[in-house]
Amino acid sequence: MSVVSARSLAEALRALAEAPALVLAGGTDLMVEFESGRTQPARVLDILRVGELRGIALQADGLRLGALTSCTEILRAPLVRQHAPLLLEAAREVGAVQIQNRATLGGNLGTASPAADLNPVLVALGARVRLVSARGARELSVEEFLTGYRATARAPDELIESVLVPHRPASELARFRKVGTRRAQSIAKVVVALTLTRDARGAVAELRAAAGSVAERTLRLATFERTLLGQRLTRRQLSDAARASARSDIRPRDDVRSTADYRRHVLARVLVDLLHADCDAP
Amino acid sequence: MRHVGTDLVRTDGPAKVAGSARYVADLLVPGVWFGGTLRSPVACGTLRGIERDAGFDWSRVVVAGPGDLPGENVQALIVDDQPVLCERDIRHWGEPLLLVAAPDRVTLQAALAALRPRIDEHEGLFDAELSTQVFKELEIARGDVEQAFRAPPDGSRVIEGTYRSDSQEQLYIEPQGCIAWPPAADGSLLVQGSLQCPHYVRKALVRAFGIAPEQARVVQLETGGGFGGKEEYPSVVACHAALLARVAGHPVQLIYERHEDLGVTPKRHPARVRHRTLVAADGTLLALDIDVLFDGGAYTTLSPVVLSRGAIHAAGPYRCENVRIRGRVVATHHVPYGAFRGFGAPQTCFAIERQMDRIARELGLHPAALRRKNALELRGVTATGQVLKESVGAREVLDLALGRSGFERHPWRAARRSEERVRRGLGMSFFFHGAGFTGSGEQLLQGRVRVALLPDGRAEVLAGSTEIGQGTNTLFTAIAADALGAAVDDIVLAQPDTARVPDSGPTVASRTCMVVGGCLERACRELAQRVGAGAAAFRERAAAFLARGGDGVVTVTYRAPAGLSWDDARYRGDAYPVYGWACDVAEVEVDLASFEVRVLRFWTAVDVGKAIQPRLVAGQIEGGSLQAVGFAHLEVVSSERGRVQQDRLATCIIPTTLDTPEFFVDLVEMPFSNGPYGAKGVGELPMDGGAPAVLSAIEDALGLHLDTTPATSERILAAWLAAHPEERL
Amino acid sequence: MRSRSEALGPPIELAFVLNGRPRAVVAPPLRRLLDLLREELALTGTKEGCGEGECGACTVLVDGQATLACLVPCCQVAGCEVRTVEGPELDEIRAAFLAEGGAQCGICTPGMITATAAWIEDCRRSGATVTLAGARQALAGNLCRCTGYARILEAVLLAARERGLRVERGEYGASGESGESRREAAP
Repeated sequence: MSVVSARSLAEALRALAEAPALVLAGGTDLMVEFESGRTQPARVLDILRVGELRGIALQADGLRLGALTSCTEILRAPLVRQHAPLLLEAAREVGAVQIQNRATLGGNLGTASPAADLNPVLVALGARVRLVSARGARELSVEEFLTGYRATARAPDELIESVLVPHRPASELARFRKVGTRRAQSIAKVVVALTLTRDARGAVAELRAAAGSVAERTLRLATFERTLLGQRLTRRQLSDAARASARSDIRPRDDVRSTADYRRHVLARVLVDLLHADCDAP
Repeated sequence: MRHVGTDLVRTDGPAKVAGSARYVADLLVPGVWFGGTLRSPVACGTLRGIERDAGFDWSRVVVAGPGDLPGENVQALIVDDQPVLCERDIRHWGEPLLLVAAPDRVTLQAALAALRPRIDEHEGLFDAELSTQVFKELEIARGDVEQAFRAPPDGSRVIEGTYRSDSQEQLYIEPQGCIAWPPAADGSLLVQGSLQCPHYVRKALVRAFGIAPEQARVVQLETGGGFGGKEEYPSVVACHAALLARVAGHPVQLIYERHEDLGVTPKRHPARVRHRTLVAADGTLLALDIDVLFDGGAYTTLSPVVLSRGAIHAAGPYRCENVRIRGRVVATHHVPYGAFRGFGAPQTCFAIERQMDRIARELGLHPAALRRKNALELRGVTATGQVLKESVGAREVLDLALGRSGFERHPWRAARRSEERVRRGLGMSFFFHGAGFTGSGEQLLQGRVRVALLPDGRAEVLAGSTEIGQGTNTLFTAIAADALGAAVDDIVLAQPDTARVPDSGPTVASRTCMVVGGCLERACRELAQRVGAGAAAFRERAAAFLARGGDGVVTVTYRAPAGLSWDDARYRGDAYPVYGWACDVAEVEVDLASFEVRVLRFWTAVDVGKAIQPRLVAGQIEGGSLQAVGFAHLEVVSSERGRVQQDRLATCIIPTTLDTPEFFVDLVEMPFSNGPYGAKGVGELPMDGGAPAVLSAIEDALGLHLDTTPATSERILAAWLAAHPEERL
Repeated sequence: MRSRSEALGPPIELAFVLNGRPRAVVAPPLRRLLDLLREELALTGTKEGCGEGECGACTVLVDGQATLACLVPCCQVAGCEVRTVEGPELDEIRAAFLAEGGAQCGICTPGMITATAAWIEDCRRSGATVTLAGARQALAGNLCRCTGYARILEAVLLAARERGLRVERGEYGASGESGESRREAAP
């Protein structure tokens, strides 16, 4: 059993190329796994000191956030407030202060818990993940990246390097809601994020809606989007779309936190609630 | 009085804020070994044997089984039905089968993983309604309930309701734990740990090890919360640790991980309470017919006493000529339930208060008006036939809480606009709680307190009462200082060590301030009289008194107030020497998308008799009220095939700062003649009223009468959809 | 949770600053900072309430940030400044907790004190006003079962005042520094 604490991206990628390792960043998930004995890795790669994975920068194609960006950094970054405020809303709901100080964007993505708070926002924002390895780099959408229950498209020798949030239209509506087990330090029962743009006639031109804790992974609400695209946003349409989505887009379960029935109903009700005030009457 | 009634800095405060207070896990014991428990993975079965992996080097550890106990394999408490270690019949998930100790934790974990119990699993019983094994049954009767229902007056109504409360986890932030030393040459034992009742632990060790009480020394260390959860369970931990220490020949530390603690320690008894009430048109309660069923889990533990207290409080703080309360607590294959603040009363108080709201609604009366109409007063008579002779702050607490909150002016369950996205509501509860042990309990206990002068003239208080956060040390310091005419610095509190302190009775039942503090006051007054008055400071006079050959030791035994009588067979008479009284009003906001509940403000007025330390008692009220708010809507404890599902802190939810209402606490002082400076016990009282007050407020907000606590968002949604079926998906 | 990670990895040398003093220790890299503090360094003020990062009792400051010592492998504190409840510069907070009755059983108190320190110092750096709502947010990761939090929050405000920060009590239910994510939709 060995632990490598990398101090540079090159060192980290070299280590991963040599042999697979469990990647450790903020530790908010992995340290609990280690201690409980659920995870007993042969090799651990500690990347918390890899400076190249930090930083938030505005680029031509959008806002790039390093994989090691913590929730606290997200909360404090003026660039995030300007260009991706929805991410800020989600970061605020992650755990509490101590967790926010350590939990990272890359960790949220890499752990791929279906209850992750940040991941639905990344999907709603159309974010892309950049993966690097000794073999090179590639990008894919966050949706493509999150493949299943705690499963991602990351190859064993790859690291999440950064996330790109494409520039969003100024007129876009962006909404987020987490329903947890309590007001802080809680795991989501239902978590929803959406972005919506209307065209000149007031019809829904673009709509990305994603939810967590309602299936084995974060997923797009395809029926919700399909029902509303091209339509004017009325309360009737919204309600119908939300109810249809709750019936067919998700695969919720009963678990220790909540029930499938609750998740279905609350998803529908939250979707309505998030866009209620933006509807053309009735 | 210089200290009683004014706030002292907590005597244990400086160490706690410095991080130097020593809890059991902070003790560095050279050569200590680490203990662990092999537990049953099923709720019901027959243990056929325990296999050991041949690949593990068993010489590195010690293993202890029931056959290693030198005394009886009995966990001594009330009834001898619970073994220290299971021999054959498994009755609950997590039942301890075998103990292991190792020099380090990694070896311990490996050893536990290398043990395989062979068990024939049987079908377990988890529904208390179906259980035929009764731990205890009782009936409380006043007047003639049957006759009242047979001949109801004109205009009266019969209103029925069934109310349920689930289990609840104490969640002391410091898990259970103790350290035991191997026996001395004479067989005497030493255990130090996190516990509420050192003399209970001693009694358990005496039985399991076959030794005399003087040979079982138990020392309470700084304890990080108890709330009843460390009343009886530490005896289990202590017997296990002591057995391992004996077999290992090393001191053994047995400190539970949170996961284990949540899975196997006793929690609040789940309850089902049925009400059938005959009420006059004007809201006067004519007859209360109440049926109480508690699930006791696998073993008796404290269930008879929990049922007792729950049943006695089941009719609420109300006048009613005809009352029948039938109660039973039964066995199931759940992990045994045990003590948790309130001890049966929160469950039955929840039921009567929800029933009162139901009655108010059906009669078209305001809930506050209904309470006022029926509230007991001075010289009122309770369900057990007790005449309330003194210290009844019923009207005062109603006036204060209702006045401050404006609840009486608030139109309860008024119609709401359907477009509201969130709804606010107000609701109330009114309740009392008997202080001290039930009936003749205190007389039987014969609790004692000793005060002894030290050579330098300071006074040492020796009592078996423990500081577990509620302020015992500070209360005793204030009482002793004033009763002696001494300074705070003149008072020394002996650590609760059974080798040094008398048995003052357990630190439970809202008795520490009133009963033990009362004995302390008497002892100090006696000592002050012996020392004599004078111009010099107490310490000087006391030292001089000793130098003269004076006897500086006073021991006082509890004396029940005159004129109290209790019939234990018929549950009639003076159930408690006195009651604490309270009224809660809760303001909630319910989100109609998610049915999440926020408790925004919480008013509580409490009659404490005398606030020995006002800030301390307000702190107790805030803390207890928040536990009740958690019980009302957040804190879920459920079981699947007898296994607790919320076995991690991530899933066992208690309120954070953001789940906490703004508290408005009003203290009322209606002095009790047999309490120190008029004080009466209130440690548990705040736990009783929060849940019904919150559900009353939710009812106001949503127009839904919920009858089960916790009123989780899931349950509220289900009730809402039942009332608004068009919203179903 | 008991250090299974003890078994993982050969020990490394670790240098960091603890409560203002440079320290050097040798420990397995994944050993929890919590255990390093309590055992190797005999600083038992930092408590373990759950071992899963949920209760906040193990809160320490790492480079000025409130951090759960049960979730930090000690290889990650190399070169950092770690402060615990035993450390200096916490006296005003201690005094405030005593004055306001902010401690009952005391097991959550060390974590409350360090979390308070992290927040107050952060407010001072940013010039933010200390409010009651902000204090609630700042301590939302610290569970207390005894007090109902009321007196802890008063202690935080008092400590901030004693440290010369601008304190405006404000509304209990107001949004804290980070604000509410739930939007009140107009009816």
